[in-house]
Amino acid sequence: MALQDTMLKQLSEAAGVSGAEDEVRQLIYDTIKDHVTDLRVDTMGNLLAVKKGTGKSSLKVMVAAHMDEVGFMVTGVDGEGLIKFASVGGIDPRILPALRVHVGKDRTPGVITWKPIHLSYKEKDVKKTDSFRIDIGADNKGAAEGKAQLGDRITFASETIALTDNIVRGKAFDDRAGCAELIELVKGDPFPFDLLVAFTVQEEIGLRGAKVAAQALNPDVAIVLETTAAHEVPQDEDEPDITTVTKLGHGPVITYMDKASIAHPGLRKAFVRVAGQLGIPHQFRSPQYAGGTDAGAIQTSMAGVATITISLPCRYLHSPYLILDLNDFQNAVKLVRATLMQLSPSDLER
Amino acid sequence: MKQLIKKLVEAWGPSGYEHHMRELIKEEIKGLYDDMFVDPMGSLICRVGTKTDSNLRIMVAAHMDEIGLMVSHIDRNGFLRFTNIGGLMPSTLNGNRVKFENGVIGTIAVENMWGKMYELPKLDGFYIDVSEGLNGDSGNKNAPIQVGDPAGFHRTFEERGNRLVAKSMDDRIGCAVAIETMRKLKQLGCKHEVYFAFTVQEEVGLRGARPAAHGINPDLGIALDVTGTGDTAKADHMAVALGKGAAIKVRDGGMIVPPAVKNLMVDTAEKHKIPYQLEILNGGTTDAMAIQTAQSGVPSGCISIPCRYVHTVNETVDMVDVQASVDLLAAMLSNPIEGVKPV
Repeated sequence: MALQDTMLKQLSEAAGVSGAEDEVRQLIYDTIKDHVTDLRVDTMGNLLAVKKGTGKSSLKVMVAAHMDEVGFMVTGVDGEGLIKFASVGGIDPRILPALRVHVGKDRTPGVITWKPIHLSYKEKDVKKTDSFRIDIGADNKGAAEGKAQLGDRITFASETIALTDNIVRGKAFDDRAGCAELIELVKGDPFPFDLLVAFTVQEEIGLRGAKVAAQALNPDVAIVLETTAAHEVPQDEDEPDITTVTKLGHGPVITYMDKASIAHPGLRKAFVRVAGQLGIPHQFRSPQYAGGTDAGAIQTSMAGVATITISLPCRYLHSPYLILDLNDFQNAVKLVRATLMQLSPSDLER
Repeated sequence: MKQLIKKLVEAWGPSGYEHHMRELIKEEIKGLYDDMFVDPMGSLICRVGTKTDSNLRIMVAAHMDEIGLMVSHIDRNGFLRFTNIGGLMPSTLNGNRVKFENGVIGTIAVENMWGKMYELPKLDGFYIDVSEGLNGDSGNKNAPIQVGDPAGFHRTFEERGNRLVAKSMDDRIGCAVAIETMRKLKQLGCKHEVYFAFTVQEEVGLRGARPAAHGINPDLGIALDVTGTGDTAKADHMAVALGKGAAIKVRDGGMIVPPAVKNLMVDTAEKHKIPYQLEILNGGTTDAMAIQTAQSGVPSGCISIPCRYVHTVNETVDMVDVQASVDLLAAMLSNPIEGVKPV
């Protein structure tokens, strides 16, 4: 599978900072509209649809992936024409200096300020986000304000490219890779049941879209398609021995537990069983330091939903340059599709 | 009842892995309910009594899960590194024993123990030793334990006069109160449609009680859970003590009990001469918080069992308080209730 065989490039290059997912939503809308029924956008901005099944099973199965990405928001312009901003979602201030960004709907190119080495002395501390500015080349306040309105979203400026046949680099794979997987499922063969499709909003700022989507769809089962941190670079000498267990290229990641949910044991067993049957490479993730996913919001909605997260290992999450292996992508689609095809009520027994 | 408590507290069941507890409780409550089901989250829900025009649908919640830990990584030497399930206190870890579902006993140790005698490391400074001495590793790279395996603490139940000491009194003692109340209702008769919900995943954020309450949609919610006490050395100021009776919650970190619900409990205790005390807990909360805000809102309260050393393996309760909690709950459920709807 090559980059152009997926929607990954278009999806990840679209702008969709939490709360302003419009571009991503439109792209997905146009892509899936001929493959689904009941296509609608809810009050929160979630894109919901139904992929008709063969009618053999009456299970209500929801598959969710979030459309939003981490980014920034314009909070003002200072006297020099530099743009003040705040993070939307978890962004480590250590990565900010010298980043290229796009400001607002017009994608005005800019760069995050830093002090060049020529002028730096003893500046080793990590600065807080609010001490940075974005420079768009404006030479006064008015010129900058013309390009950056209060509340405008700012995205990383990062082209999606293939580094090798199967390794790709880009922004927002978290969670456009999940969206691309879900699109593959939607375009593929029908499942025994109607598939309840949810492209959610505002995951990065607290699982806000998924909660509402789950209440509207009221499923029995939910599969959340996500990304999770892979990290295989050398450890620091004094770093505690806590190596993250997920590795790029080792297959989709079946979740046991993260900070927001504990996977349904029956679903976990079903995924492991199907992966074994079909010889699909798969791995498990470390529950340590793990964030939460939409699974946390969906699982406890209504009277409770059997829920699990299936993730793609991904390096450098929440940066402009995530690295993903398309073999993992392909295997994740294969695993989720095969497991859903086999899913029966007995998998949901407690 | 002490035999029941011993069985419950010694059972294995960290949050998300309550299945052994669920089976154990199913055995204990045979013949005590009219209907039973397991909800999608895994909570065991038992109905006693029937709804009529003049009575209430009441949810009684006690959580089956216990705090524990989960293996996050097996290090270079074969020692298990772990993350918390629920509110694990680092000061309780070194020297403790844990048990995995397959029966393997692990011992928790701390890196460079003597060099860090007076320090309290973070979680990643601890490890679990499951070595068997059967291969060349200092740890055990071949242990039948994988990343993702959960463990609970391993400790026996002890009795000391009126005091009961064990791991996981939080909230197996609440489960025991619920079961004993179900037994008592057999004799007294149940005046309401009562759903005894043995909930899951309380320790990781009330994740079981909210969906359970959504499904039951009760008129009144009552949680049974432990609360802290103010009767130990340099304890936080708190007017709850062991042995002074069932603690009727007024408020905690997550909820304000509607006065009507609190008054119902107080009046019932007064009328039946059941020892009680009022509880104001500064931090922490219970399933009652999740029930209160489920659906369009449920008047909810909590009968708390005072407990010293919560979240350690020596959680200590007093039999006087346990019995008072059973008596209070049974008295409420076996009599008509008026006036708990809108505050």
